Amino acid sequence: MLPELSHEEIHRYSRHLLIPDVGLQGQRALKAASVLIVGTGGLGSPVALYLAAAGIGRIGLVDYDVVDFSNLQRQIIHGESRLGDLKVESARDRMLDLNPEIQVDIYNEFLNSENAFKIAEPYDIIIDGTDNFPTRYLVNDLCVLTGKPNVYGSIYRFDGQASVFHAAEGPCYRCLFPEPPPPGLVPSCAEGGVLGVLPGTIGSIQATETLKLILGIGEPLIGRLLLYDALDLSFQTVKLQKNPDCKVCGENPEVTELIDYEEFCGIPAHDHGEGSAGEEWDITADDLAARLESGATLRLVDVREPHEREISNLAGAELIPLGQFASRLSELDSAEEIVLFCKAGTRSTRALEILASAGFKKVKNLKGGINAWALSVDPSLPIY
Amino acid sequence: MPTLKIPTPLRPYTSGESAITLPGKTVAELLQAAVQRHPELKKHLFNDDNQLRPFVNLFLKEENVNHLGGLDTPLAEEDTVLIIPSIAGG
Repeated sequence: MLPELSHEEIHRYSRHLLIPDVGLQGQRALKAASVLIVGTGGLGSPVALYLAAAGIGRIGLVDYDVVDFSNLQRQIIHGESRLGDLKVESARDRMLDLNPEIQVDIYNEFLNSENAFKIAEPYDIIIDGTDNFPTRYLVNDLCVLTGKPNVYGSIYRFDGQASVFHAAEGPCYRCLFPEPPPPGLVPSCAEGGVLGVLPGTIGSIQATETLKLILGIGEPLIGRLLLYDALDLSFQTVKLQKNPDCKVCGENPEVTELIDYEEFCGIPAHDHGEGSAGEEWDITADDLAARLESGATLRLVDVREPHEREISNLAGAELIPLGQFASRLSELDSAEEIVLFCKAGTRSTRALEILASAGFKKVKNLKGGINAWALSVDPSLPIY
Repeated sequence: MPTLKIPTPLRPYTSGESAITLPGKTVAELLQAAVQRHPELKKHLFNDDNQLRPFVNLFLKEENVNHLGGLDTPLAEEDTVLIIPSIAGG
């Protein structure tokens, strides 16, 4: 039995009720539906706002983070008045302001293999709005193992992807990407940036697909991957097929329970970009400042992209962007003491790995990058 | 000549080029020509055994080349091969 709509709800959802494909029955189905949104960041913001407005009866939000100033360029569900607040609380309050008829459940937790089944249990559909590979594989496997559809979206700079991975009816995320890229090969948005509007486009597509799945209308993106290029303004879909050898949804699955996804991907399940190469290889901003003050001869190597030097720069640093690092090793001398840095320490850790495997021993990673230097040594520099 | 479309995350290794048009009668030949022109690209597409990395997906006319003829899939002059990257931002 679908729930009834009150007169107020009929008024509120009038523009839906006028569409024959939705109508009263469809709106009641939306009210009866429950969805879980993993991540309340760039993608989660438009997804949560549109699904709340559309009248999904029960929406769960999972996020462990707080609202940061650098989120507001794209995470439009939050606002300056909520800086430092829990993202799930900030998002819930905005959703209930938009539509107090719905129920919003919040999980101020890090989604992991221990809590994922319990958190996902009450929901029909899971929406992947996470920002890192470990959580994407976790959400995929969780959906395959529980038989729930995974409404997928992913973004980087000007590129977006969307699909519906529903193993009961088509391929899953692992059918397309059996293995994650090696750590450091694919930059995150915290390292590489993202156009603020891009998650608006992709998140809106995820919200659309969610409504279509609940209403049972149209052609869902099952078995298709949508590729969006904001610079060309092109949308393209490619066909995806189920991989019979898929480790989680194939004929002889190896993954029959949730695994350690940070280990599987070799990276932590967050996109804070606070890179550390390990205690032995790190130097803190304060220690570096003290070494330079005492007249130490150090070679400072900036592995960022050239345009980032216009934002902030360290005097005396030379530039070797990470992308050129392997081919420019001959410019460095393993007899010299070298300190590598980037924005926050992730790319410089990658560069350090390249140097260490080439036999360099006197090389350090500036922990937390130039942002840590700006924070604790030189406040005249901006943090980005 | 066929074209190879380069996704944003790989453009640092192609001097920013978003599409490369090069000679090649098969997907393998097109990729080989691309890594000859941009050697930095090689380790992002191939592993040490010269096998295509499992997270690199190549598509031709909406189809994964694995479901066509793999790297031996023949290419016509006007064909465009897409590299679909693994991205995780959100």
